[in-house]
Amino acid sequence: MTSDTSAFVFLTLAATLRTATPLILCAMGGLFSERSGIVDVGLEGKMLIAAFFAAAVSAVTGSAWWGVAAAIAAAEAMALLHGFASITHRGNQVVSGIALNILAAGLTVVLGNAWFGRGGQTPSLDRAGQRLMPLFFPNAGDNILVYAALLSVPLTWWLVTRTRFGLRLRAVGEMPLAVDAAGISVAWLRYRAVLLCGLFAGLAGAYLSIAQNAGFSRDMTAGQGFIALAAIIFGKWRPVPAFGACLLFGLLDAIAIRLQGVSIPGIGEVPVQLIQALPYLLTMFLLAGFIGRAVAPKAIGVPYEKEH
Amino acid sequence: MTPVRPTLPPWVDALALPAINVALAFLTVGAIVAIVGVDPLHALKLLVVGAVGSPESIGYTLYYATNFVFTGLAVAVAYHGGLFNIGGEGQAYIGGLGCGLAILALDRYLPVWLMAPIAILAAALFGAAWAAVPAWLQAWRGSHIVITTIMFNFVASALMVYLLVNVLIAPGSMTPQSRDFGPSGQLPALAGSPLNLSIVLALACCIGVWLFLWRTPWGYALRAMGHNPEAALYAGTDLRLMTMVAMCLSGALAGFVGVNELMGVHHRIVLDFPAGYGFAGIAVALMGRNHPFGVLLAALLFGALQQGGAELAFDVPAITREMVVVIQGLVILFSGALANLPRPWLQALWMRRVR
Repeated sequence: MTSDTSAFVFLTLAATLRTATPLILCAMGGLFSERSGIVDVGLEGKMLIAAFFAAAVSAVTGSAWWGVAAAIAAAEAMALLHGFASITHRGNQVVSGIALNILAAGLTVVLGNAWFGRGGQTPSLDRAGQRLMPLFFPNAGDNILVYAALLSVPLTWWLVTRTRFGLRLRAVGEMPLAVDAAGISVAWLRYRAVLLCGLFAGLAGAYLSIAQNAGFSRDMTAGQGFIALAAIIFGKWRPVPAFGACLLFGLLDAIAIRLQGVSIPGIGEVPVQLIQALPYLLTMFLLAGFIGRAVAPKAIGVPYEKEH
Repeated sequence: MTPVRPTLPPWVDALALPAINVALAFLTVGAIVAIVGVDPLHALKLLVVGAVGSPESIGYTLYYATNFVFTGLAVAVAYHGGLFNIGGEGQAYIGGLGCGLAILALDRYLPVWLMAPIAILAAALFGAAWAAVPAWLQAWRGSHIVITTIMFNFVASALMVYLLVNVLIAPGSMTPQSRDFGPSGQLPALAGSPLNLSIVLALACCIGVWLFLWRTPWGYALRAMGHNPEAALYAGTDLRLMTMVAMCLSGALAGFVGVNELMGVHHRIVLDFPAGYGFAGIAVALMGRNHPFGVLLAALLFGALQQGGAELAFDVPAITREMVVVIQGLVILFSGALANLPRPWLQALWMRRVR
């Protein structure tokens, strides 16, 4: 019994970690942006375009590492656009994020079709070196980005709570006027936050298309950017609780796959769709103040206008 | 030392600036078309012919435009109340559920002239109910409407998959869709295309929204809340109530997409029929400056793009239908988030003229 149970636990844990990895990376990235006062509903779009460019470049060059580099570059381009609209031009941050999501959904298929002619898919990556492979446990899928995701949590925690940059980052998200009065550039701080967000979202996208899967398929993010956003809120904009929320949502997903068509004694068959909707429902309950209280950074979503 | 910015005359703000924004979006699209390796002018010609070249294609254009009117108005009404409703997608989905359930329950007993109003009412009620939850959460519990409406899109999608796979599926069918509606559950089609009587409903909604917003005390209170909630509160407006009114109206309008799609075209409840119309409504509302007449014009343009884009994709293999999605994204970016991008240029121009 023990070997069976431990194998089951190991596989469920591995499955949880696999689904949680892009959520963790995205959530840590989004956390920098949101803590600096820039709302990021565009995580989904950044991850999607990164996934596309990772697979496209890896397919053409034959090197997964070039794919990762392209993913980061693509996500950073989107991040800069978001920053340009919402920091430099003080545009509506939610509108900007939505625009980037829609743009990414269209652009990945348009470019994919034009370059590879497969209705928006990239060629499947089956040659050696085109994908990031598991490092230690072949059947657990523990590629390097899984470890990067696990490392990103203490790194984010340290940066946000223990460094001068983090102190200023938190201040600029609460009261940008005070930061400005102290002679620190609000715009430059926020740009750095948005760029960090692009970096992590880029890694998350690369994970989806060249590590977890062998190629890009249209809309492959399937709402995971929004689940990451939910995890940030669920974790009350703090790195370690947000990490916990990602693990919880990953576990829910792993359970949903296991429970498909299985009848639980006393309850009956649990609809898979209910488990899939749980991250959103839980976050809404939290936001409504039914389980604890999630308080956003005070200046979130408000463009900063420098006085002349 | 920053130079003093001149204020621009109203016509520049109301017409020139939005026109430049849209032009920038379309120039970018032209560049993308060129990158893909197609002559943009040739593509534009094919697109226009595909959109309005024959009675059938005009029918398709108007059918798509009908959906855009509904979701565009939905975003616009909420916007006037200072609320950003990103939940049009889910509200359309659930509105369609209401419309479909009413028809499945009653189509054997009622004639079409009685069935249609009931189905339309059901779509409005279900759409409004789906918007009422985030509205209530915002008004009474203080959770942000942007986040909750996004979350509710996903919940709607999961709910509809569950219902269609497990509950509403036609007996003996393998595809998750309901049984076909009876003849009284089908709106008459026009011009040999999916265009149907829903377009009359769409036009009525445009007029109705205009009357409501600018000719009723409720509309006045709603706009007052959007302009300055504190002043509106001081003037005696019940902000919670108006939040509910704005969002329920918005949800009802989005729900009418279900009438056009299910009662007008599919004649059964199917998966994924909102197909991005809810999000596109943001682009329509931004382009139409949140005015019902502007929304109507923008909806016609987006309808033409949708239909022309489909024909273009058919003729030119290098271009896919998703080019239209790219256009929607760019319009939202330039007309929404980057709306003030050309302002300094215009101000500089204006300064020179005044001198």
